[in-house]
Amino acid sequence: MGKFRKEGKKEVPQVSTSSLPDIVYMLIFFFMITTSMRDVELKVKTAMPKASEIQKLEKKALVSSIYIGPPRDAKLGTESRIQLDDAFARPADIADWIQKERDSRNEADRPLLTTALKVHKETRMGIVTDVKQELRKVGAFRINYTTLKGSALEN
Amino acid sequence: MARKVPEINSSSQADIAFLLLCFFLMTTSMDVDYGITRRLPPPVEQNDEDVKVKERNVMNVLVNKNDRLLVNGRPSDISLLKDEAKRFMTPRPNDETAPETEKKTFDLVGEVLMSKGVISLQNDRGTSYAMYISVQNELARAFNELREEMSMAKFHKHLDQLTEDQTKAINDAVPVRVSEAEPVVYGTN
Repeated sequence: MGKFRKEGKKEVPQVSTSSLPDIVYMLIFFFMITTSMRDVELKVKTAMPKASEIQKLEKKALVSSIYIGPPRDAKLGTESRIQLDDAFARPADIADWIQKERDSRNEADRPLLTTALKVHKETRMGIVTDVKQELRKVGAFRINYTTLKGSALEN
Repeated sequence: MARKVPEINSSSQADIAFLLLCFFLMTTSMDVDYGITRRLPPPVEQNDEDVKVKERNVMNVLVNKNDRLLVNGRPSDISLLKDEAKRFMTPRPNDETAPETEKKTFDLVGEVLMSKGVISLQNDRGTSYAMYISVQNELARAFNELREEMSMAKFHKHLDQLTEDQTKAINDAVPVRVSEAEPVVYGTN
């Protein structure tokens, strides 16, 4: 029915971009909330082994990490070292460090504190055992061997 | 007469917002950490008496500094460890060589036959961490398979579909009985 056909060329209306900033702001807020900036500069290599029977580490605020691995700086050799926060440490320093980590959490959370061991796969167990013995002495019993997802038989 | 305030041009607002968005997109790290969670035992007193455990109730797993496995005195391989551990921990009341068993009753699951077996894990100071994790993982896998079997038998559901109470009941009925030996220093490495 030509009766209803409009005369002349049809114009596509311009898409309004006035809501674009709002959309972008929403995305910003999402990323601002989910972001967690890397809090330590890694001085040791931590290529972790794979495992399949793993659990998710819940509540990142209650996790403190100990990094163990060969130093990134080749001048320091290849023997595995322990890194606490931003510096190299000895096993004897762990007791003080755990105390400091406990003090920085509120009292109710302290028993739930988990120590994540992020260890390079070629590290020898000697140093890891030393760390575990120190953790036992100060009563930090909850530990997590952080691993990648995969089959343990490929390690 | 009020002066007309010129309207601020807001067309660049989107660009500013995009800049901020790019910044947060790049700095964000949504990687979640996964790992094997374990509970360390409290430190032992030096004069504590050793708890005597019957030999048939213990499966000794030794890992030497060359990452070789010794299971109950026999050389083994990591690919066999899961099945060996599972076989060992499966309650077999009529087998004299298997660990002893006892009957216990739990909420929800009722009476279950439990193995008194313990897997004792000992490693050398020279064992590689990758091997240690592999061994821990294979042992955990053995226990998880036993739990899965129990879950299927008692609730006819997979382990990850159970309710919180059911999961707890299964975990109580099939506890992870892995004991790590106290570190021993054999001379110096």
